[in-house]
Amino acid sequence: MIDAFIFDHVRTPRGKGRPDGGLHSVPPIELAAQTLKAIKSRSDLDTSTIDDVILGIVTPVGEQGCNMARPALLMADYDESVPGMQIDRACSSGLDAVNLGAAQIMSGQAGMIISGGVESMSRVPMGSQGGAWPRDPAVISKTYFAPQGIGADLIATRSGFSRSDVDSYALESQRRAHNAWENDYFSKSVITVVDDLGLPLCSKDEHMRPTATAGDLAALKPAFAAMGEQGGYNAIAQQKYPEVFAINHVHTAANSSGIVDGASALLLGNAAQGKAAGLTPRARIRAFASVGSEPTIMLTGPAAAARKALKNAGMNAADIDLFELNEAFASVVLEFMRELNIPHDKINVNGGAIAMGHPLGATGGMLIGTVLDELERRGQHTALISLCVGIGMGVATIIERV
Amino acid sequence: MSSEFKTIQYQLNEQGIAIILMDIPGSNANVMGDAFRDELDLAVNLIASDDNIKGAVIGSVKNDFMAGGDLNAMVEMFANVTDSQVALDIANSIKPTLRKLECCGKPIVAAINGPAMGGGLELALACHGRVVSDSAKVIMGLPEVTLGLMPGAGGSQRLPRMIGIQKALEIMLQGRPFNAAKALELGIVDAVVTPEKLIETACQQILDGLEPIKPWDKKGYTIPGGSGFFDAGLGNTYNYLTTTICRDTQRNTPAPLALLTAVARGTAVPFDTGLHIESCYFAKLILDPTARNMVRTLFVSKGELDKLSRRPKGIDKASFQTIGVIGSGLMGGGIAQSAAKAGIDVILLDISDEQASKGKDAIAKSFGKLIAKGRMQQEKADALLAKITPSADYSKLANCQLVVEAVFEDVALKQKVFKMAREHMPADAILASNTSSLPISQIGDGLPSPDRFLGLHFFSPVERMPLIEVIRGNATSDKTLAEALDFIALLRKTPIIVNDSRGFFTSRVISAYLQEAFAMVAEGISPTLIDNVAKQAGFAIGPLALIDDIGLENGYKASLAEKEALGESWVEPAGFKVQKQFNELGRIGRRGGRGFYDYSEGVRTPSSAVAELYPASASAVVDAEQIKQRLLYVQSLEAARCYEEGVITDAAEADVGVILGIGFPSYTGGVFSLIDTLSCAKFVADLNNLADTVGERFRPNPWLKHRAEIGSQFY
Repeated sequence: MIDAFIFDHVRTPRGKGRPDGGLHSVPPIELAAQTLKAIKSRSDLDTSTIDDVILGIVTPVGEQGCNMARPALLMADYDESVPGMQIDRACSSGLDAVNLGAAQIMSGQAGMIISGGVESMSRVPMGSQGGAWPRDPAVISKTYFAPQGIGADLIATRSGFSRSDVDSYALESQRRAHNAWENDYFSKSVITVVDDLGLPLCSKDEHMRPTATAGDLAALKPAFAAMGEQGGYNAIAQQKYPEVFAINHVHTAANSSGIVDGASALLLGNAAQGKAAGLTPRARIRAFASVGSEPTIMLTGPAAAARKALKNAGMNAADIDLFELNEAFASVVLEFMRELNIPHDKINVNGGAIAMGHPLGATGGMLIGTVLDELERRGQHTALISLCVGIGMGVATIIERV
Repeated sequence: MSSEFKTIQYQLNEQGIAIILMDIPGSNANVMGDAFRDELDLAVNLIASDDNIKGAVIGSVKNDFMAGGDLNAMVEMFANVTDSQVALDIANSIKPTLRKLECCGKPIVAAINGPAMGGGLELALACHGRVVSDSAKVIMGLPEVTLGLMPGAGGSQRLPRMIGIQKALEIMLQGRPFNAAKALELGIVDAVVTPEKLIETACQQILDGLEPIKPWDKKGYTIPGGSGFFDAGLGNTYNYLTTTICRDTQRNTPAPLALLTAVARGTAVPFDTGLHIESCYFAKLILDPTARNMVRTLFVSKGELDKLSRRPKGIDKASFQTIGVIGSGLMGGGIAQSAAKAGIDVILLDISDEQASKGKDAIAKSFGKLIAKGRMQQEKADALLAKITPSADYSKLANCQLVVEAVFEDVALKQKVFKMAREHMPADAILASNTSSLPISQIGDGLPSPDRFLGLHFFSPVERMPLIEVIRGNATSDKTLAEALDFIALLRKTPIIVNDSRGFFTSRVISAYLQEAFAMVAEGISPTLIDNVAKQAGFAIGPLALIDDIGLENGYKASLAEKEALGESWVEPAGFKVQKQFNELGRIGRRGGRGFYDYSEGVRTPSSAVAELYPASASAVVDAEQIKQRLLYVQSLEAARCYEEGVITDAAEADVGVILGIGFPSYTGGVFSLIDTLSCAKFVADLNNLADTVGERFRPNPWLKHRAEIGSQFY
């Protein structure tokens, strides 16, 4: 099998996903085009050598619709011979874009690929694509539909994570993200997004709340209690989990991932083509895997995905130096740590989506790049990246530095 | 021309309008059937092809416009449909005719003179105009979902296209009827007029140029308020409705979801495609046993019992002006209240005037709550209370036609009050015991007029529970039984007749259920899991939460009494050890602050003490499906034993009894419908499996095994 290497990674800062957010004035096509431009210029790429551009976009409708990958690369002045493809597997889309690109390289069908993702949640709201899963009665019933937040609270209930457990986790995410920014841990990869005139607009993650205290967090009302009770979702969850007496609603806006705008891109390729372009491989994509998991609790896929990827790699959890799991909700990470017996100081060491936000399609690419930067900074070697996925799935990727 | 038709009167008036009056023979009401369908089809052909006919008015010569389908015929027709094509053919039986009517090119107006329910309203919806009489007897509605069905004659597609999806769903999912004014407000009908003007107004609509084309048959039509899966608001509605339906039905009754899906998917496509989608979901409901089971037990069988089908023949109808009720507690008070509501005077007796007055005060208090909620008028409450005379004086029973005893379940006490009552009540008056389990013939032993003695087992709360279990003792006469049924009819309750046995029928069945739940606790299955699975099985509340709310003491006392009464032949019930232990530990239920759960300020929480008493065994994989089987099957098995012993003699009666009396899940159709639905052979095989894995108590009795072998069915 041919090795697939990571040569470079860039991401935008994450703007608040609201009309007053720092990236709201930037159309998503521009967010994607600016990351693609940055990848091109940082490596002085001859873009005609790129075999494909794969972007994860989770809400591919409106201005994010119509296969935005292709017009984005044209906007970024790539050679017109470069094809582009948009993919969607909900929250893992960005990581799937990387895995899909790597698979083409590993199988010898492509030599160089750009993978990543983009999401302007402030402009194309989450869920606005509709879908049979949340809207068709036959599907809602068959899949025991409940929103993600109910699944997150159900995980906490079943595993006994208290409100204080999830709030403590969230505070630590804030502390770590703040510390990473203070010490320039992200500076290798974060680009400055520019406005229509080309002037600097946004260069730092906006969502962080470094001054938040345990008291501030404890004062927030549970976000999913009313929905679970009045909307009937608690009852649906109990139909699937009849051993649960009552769902403990512990998640709030402060211990769940933030709604933000952003984009990411990674340059992937085989050794020969990298060498021809004068690039130095930073890491090898060693293995990856995807799994389906129980759709009502929805968010327990990462552990199974990680085990499957470790098996594909012939590794154990203990062989992994750093874990990067998307902080969709605090309980998702705590559950992953519990299942794989991972100490807190090996996972999400520079914070995550609770502090910095989760720009859906872009997140997978950001996680890979962030943990690769950190491996290099620490002089460590292996990392496992994973995300939980809507409708009950998980995706995981293992990288190792070369 | 009219002589050609047997189900309609057809006449062409001088305005050139065909007046079609439905007159379907064989029933007081017009019910939709094949003969009517065929003649309507012919009439539509006639109207469409004759250039001299301007249009048609469809009305009725009966008191109703059309009542909908024939439930008896429906139960038979749906009985054994297993083939999808056959089911689809049934679903399509009336649809093409109504569509032809709708597209025939001539305006057709429904003149709704009386109730138009189900298929009757669907017929009206297919017409181009609808005029309604303002008579108070006119009600309209699509109540199919309450029978486990859905509108199947185009109603699920026409109504949303007329008034919008949200409003149409509300009407069809609730199934509640509405009056003419409401129909006008909703836009379901065009005009409300006096009965005399009905046909005239309908004809005028045609003369005024009513367009014979439905909006959905015109180019560019869109459904008011939107349709399809792009619409976020509708998507939220579908999600909310589906979720709450799944919650409220526990996924046991397929009708509401089938209806909702047919509307959601059917309104996203052109009308004729929508009709096919409706037929698919209607056919699915025919293929599912739920609708048949529910209609058969809740409407057909219950209807027969309400008509006193089991009343001994040739006995004059009895009247009741005054009855006596001994014991003014919850049960006695409830019986007194129900009798007063039926216009009967009540002597409410207790050990002292003060005690009896307390009982009456409790009734007044419950009326007070209803008045506060606006559900009762003060005058009505006063009138009812005036009918109830509290007293400690047994001589007041002198004018009673019937006396019901409702004192504690204590044989000696009961015999004492029987004796006192018999001394004062008329010799030929009926004496009844409201015992829920003590054998009637035994507690009535030695009384004068044993032929005028029987059991009338009311259920709590009496004013709301519709069932009375009538226990015929060894000496009870046909006359006594017949007259007791007359009394029950006055109370507007449903009687089932059972023969004497300890626990009779319903108490035996529910005891088996509760004992099974106790036994599960002893196995280390958590009360939460047991109760949640019970809810999924269709019980309104889990057995352990229920017994906590009722209190554990009385059941335990009944078990001890049974033990003492039966001596050597007593068989220890499956959950007796838990019952005994919990009583001894003072875990007596909510009233004591702890039972199978803990209670703090009225809030139920899982009990760590119970979890410590019976820790989950690590090796046992708890199978929710098996818990569900155990909770349901143990009741069907006990019912089968009752049948074998002659305690009950009719499966349909037993099925009505368990659903109305002890909350057995109605989607099953009852304990015996459940066995039939599974097939007796499968039921016996499942029982043998439970006997092997859970306990010998599940071993099927020889009677049941024999029925399985010969493939016998209860229906």
